[in-house]
Amino acid sequence: MISTDDDILTTAEAWAKAGKGVAVATVVETWGSAPRPIGSHLVIDEGGTFLGSVSGGCVEGEVVTEALDVIGSGKAKLLEFGVADETAWRAGLSCGGRIAVYVEKVG
Amino acid sequence: MRLELLKALNAARAERRAAVLVTDLDGGEARLVTEATLAGDPLEEPIRAALRSGRSGVVEGTRTFLTVQVPPAKMVVIGAVHISQALVPMARMLGYDPVIVDPRTAFATPERFPDVTLLAEWPDEALPKLKVDRFTAFIALTHDPKIDDPALLHAFERSCFYIGALGSRKTHAKRVERLTGKGASPEAVARIKAPIGLAIGAISPAEIAVSILAEVTQAWRQGIA
Repeated sequence: MISTDDDILTTAEAWAKAGKGVAVATVVETWGSAPRPIGSHLVIDEGGTFLGSVSGGCVEGEVVTEALDVIGSGKAKLLEFGVADETAWRAGLSCGGRIAVYVEKVG
Repeated sequence: MRLELLKALNAARAERRAAVLVTDLDGGEARLVTEATLAGDPLEEPIRAALRSGRSGVVEGTRTFLTVQVPPAKMVVIGAVHISQALVPMARMLGYDPVIVDPRTAFATPERFPDVTLLAEWPDEALPKLKVDRFTAFIALTHDPKIDDPALLHAFERSCFYIGALGSRKTHAKRVERLTGKGASPEAVARIKAPIGLAIGAISPAEIAVSILAEVTQAWRQGIA
């Protein structure tokens, strides 16, 4: 009923155990009408394969790109997407809400 | 996040244990708080509140994010009775997937309970298979001591977050005597919600189901942490 991201985090663990570089992205804040609730996860491997969702498809592409950078550098990032943000317009957060996504490397 | 933390978080979920991942949004080291380590934690209060609501979020006034993991609640209903027929679809709307146990094969029929997991077995046989735990709502509705009593003893053992039993005050007083006679502690027996359900003057089976589910919701939202 409450835990919904079971397979996502389990998959991240499996990828990491298989020796892949992995990042976990988590929705940490939302303002206005955001498509995915706080706590939603997207996991990304070094090849750009991903599972889960932080926005129902609007900004996933940007998050994956940033995640590859995080996997490379090992340095976590806090990303914000919203109507006031040029990147978000490009990525198309069409609902008009704003979200903050924390992206960190596993390992 | 260290791989060890991710492993621990996933293990907690697989074992149906509550856990909270505490992340520093400024890039500091994350940590995992479980019910075993919660007491005395510097963030004990906000973590308890987060566990109660089941919601992840930033701790107010800080740069700390709590990823809350609470196992999905289970629901076990003893008795394939009229109230259960009304209760099952409502419970589903609330996100539960109720399982019904009733050894009386005349009651426990797929015609009366289509698409429901129905165990036409005695509680002693059925319940161990269901892995009843703290995150289980346990509802005894048969009115029959031979069925309800052993089921309730099992619910005590597993510390279910909600234990309710159908019956008037008089019926319940007798039940308390019987269960105490079978070795149940006064604290355990006192946990039974009886008469079952919030007092909303419910009469019909559907109304009684509403009052029971309201009480379950209250126990889940206000009492789990």
